[in-house]
Amino acid sequence: MTRGSSRLIWGVTRLKKKMLEVSDLQVYYGAIHAIKGVRFEVDEGEIVTLIGANGAGKTTILHAVSGLVRPRSGGITFCGQDLLATKPHQITGLGLAQVPEGRRVFSRMTVKENLEMGAYARKDSIGIKEDYDRVLTILPRLKERRRQLAGTLSGGEQQMLSMGRALMAQPKMLLLDEPSMGLSPLLVQEIFRTIREINAGGVTILLVEQNAKMALELASRAYVLETGKVAMQGAAKELADNEEVKKAYLGG
Amino acid sequence: MYYVTQILNGLGSGSIYALVALGYSMVYGVVKLINFAHGDIIMVGGYTIFVLLGMNAPLWLAVAGSIGFCAVAGVVIERVAYHRLLNNDAPRIALLITAIGVSIFLQNLAQLIFGTNQKPIPKMFTLPAIRVGGMNVSNTLLNIVVALLMMAGLQLLVNTTKIGKAMRATSEDAGAATLMGINTNSVILFTFAVGSALAAVGAVLYSNTYMQIKPMMGGMLGLKAFVAAVFGGIGSIPGAMLGALILGLAESLSVVLGQSAWMDAVVFALLILILLFKPAGLLGQHMKEKV
Ligand SMILES: Nc1ncnc2c1ncn2[C@@H]1O[C@H](COP(=O)(O)OP(=O)(O)OP(=O)(O)O)[C@@H](O)[C@H]1O
Ligand SMILES: [Mg+2]
Repeated sequence: MTRGSSRLIWGVTRLKKKMLEVSDLQVYYGAIHAIKGVRFEVDEGEIVTLIGANGAGKTTILHAVSGLVRPRSGGITFCGQDLLATKPHQITGLGLAQVPEGRRVFSRMTVKENLEMGAYARKDSIGIKEDYDRVLTILPRLKERRRQLAGTLSGGEQQMLSMGRALMAQPKMLLLDEPSMGLSPLLVQEIFRTIREINAGGVTILLVEQNAKMALELASRAYVLETGKVAMQGAAKELADNEEVKKAYLGG
Repeated sequence: MYYVTQILNGLGSGSIYALVALGYSMVYGVVKLINFAHGDIIMVGGYTIFVLLGMNAPLWLAVAGSIGFCAVAGVVIERVAYHRLLNNDAPRIALLITAIGVSIFLQNLAQLIFGTNQKPIPKMFTLPAIRVGGMNVSNTLLNIVVALLMMAGLQLLVNTTKIGKAMRATSEDAGAATLMGINTNSVILFTFAVGSALAAVGAVLYSNTYMQIKPMMGGMLGLKAFVAAVFGGIGSIPGAMLGALILGLAESLSVVLGQSAWMDAVVFALLILILLFKPAGLLGQHMKEKV
């Protein structure tokens, strides 16, 4: 399976720039070998999806990239920076934000405070204010609820908030961990539309999903993860037509 | 009038409990650690005042020195005793035992340096006398005012400042806080520093009120402050204050009823009652367990 290798910028064909590179990643939880030599990459401007069953290791990979778990070995670079040599709390400041599994909004803070926390690593108060307004435009449901405690939001609203919070970091790249989890089909549509919109605004996306059908429709490339290893990879369209993938992840 | 002075007395000693309870509650809120050594910080603060005043330092320096020294002591204790346990997700029981160990260590260290006898503290603040029912209550009022100011300041810190919001975020979800770019290790150190500084303020009031200190003074006091924090809802700042004031009042009530021998029993009966009927405490939130 092949990869698209160029895109048009101002009429000039340019080679894609690698943004995130993960190589030979090995992660253990005590004796449990969760990630067994995973390698993948994401280019600037792309939407890449990582699909796989429960317990395949998708969250673990995102946690390793964001510095929440320490891999035993392997390499992770973001825009040329060695993330394994970067302190976890400094990774967001490099332009890599995560929308974690289960939203993890700060439930005892207001919507506004949650969004402010997203910009914690930033110092440019004018830019933060602009991004705050912009996030409320992209995610209008949050606007009338900005003084409400995040814990009182519905699941869908919390997902929006978690995404908005990550956007407040002014990321070059967004890691999304199962943003469609537990949401109604209509809301899932809305979330996916928003992801496409964010990507169109210039943010590179790495999307982890169990909803393989929608993820493969949205992404340009995909990796299929099975028990800690990359089992298949390629263009999302081709994987969506692949018999094995159809049987295992697309319900026949 | 007798009752009014007793109520004021209760609120006065409750205020000292409050300053210790606030630190208990803050540290618990951020790292879910019951820092049993926290009561002994008030003793460390007391001896710092004793030493500084003994060296003829001016009063302001003794007060500031005590607050500064306790803040540093809190940070050192976190680094040396708890840091590795917290970072490695050690079981709560290991942390608890370590905290008790630190407490015993501090008490014994003080005995070693200063002896087991109590030490007198010279008169600290000369306040204009305010008489209620023939009793001068100006020191009691000072305790209450200082404790309320400290609580208000802490509320302001936690709710409006950047580091305060980082504390709340870390308290709720340290992993998510890290994703925001918060250095949770520094937040934890800051929390220990502020909590210990508040205990030092408690030490100042204690020394001024009782005019003597001893190595074991933090034991029962710390335990009562802990009870107050749980009673009010551990993790809640106004809760710690409220719990401590109620506790002080309950103590003075047992004095009024001529049952001062039962004072400590009343305190712990109160704790058991509240835990039976309101496990989260008066102003506490039910913590959602994270999966
Ligand atoms: N903190 C942990 N301690 C021990 N084992 C863990 C821990 N977190 C994950 N694991 C194990 O690592 C493996 C990968 O888990 P991970 O959460 O990364 O899977 P996932 O692909 O995200 O699953 P899901 O789709 O259910 O979210 C699983 O076998 C899981 O049991
Ligand atoms: Mg997962």
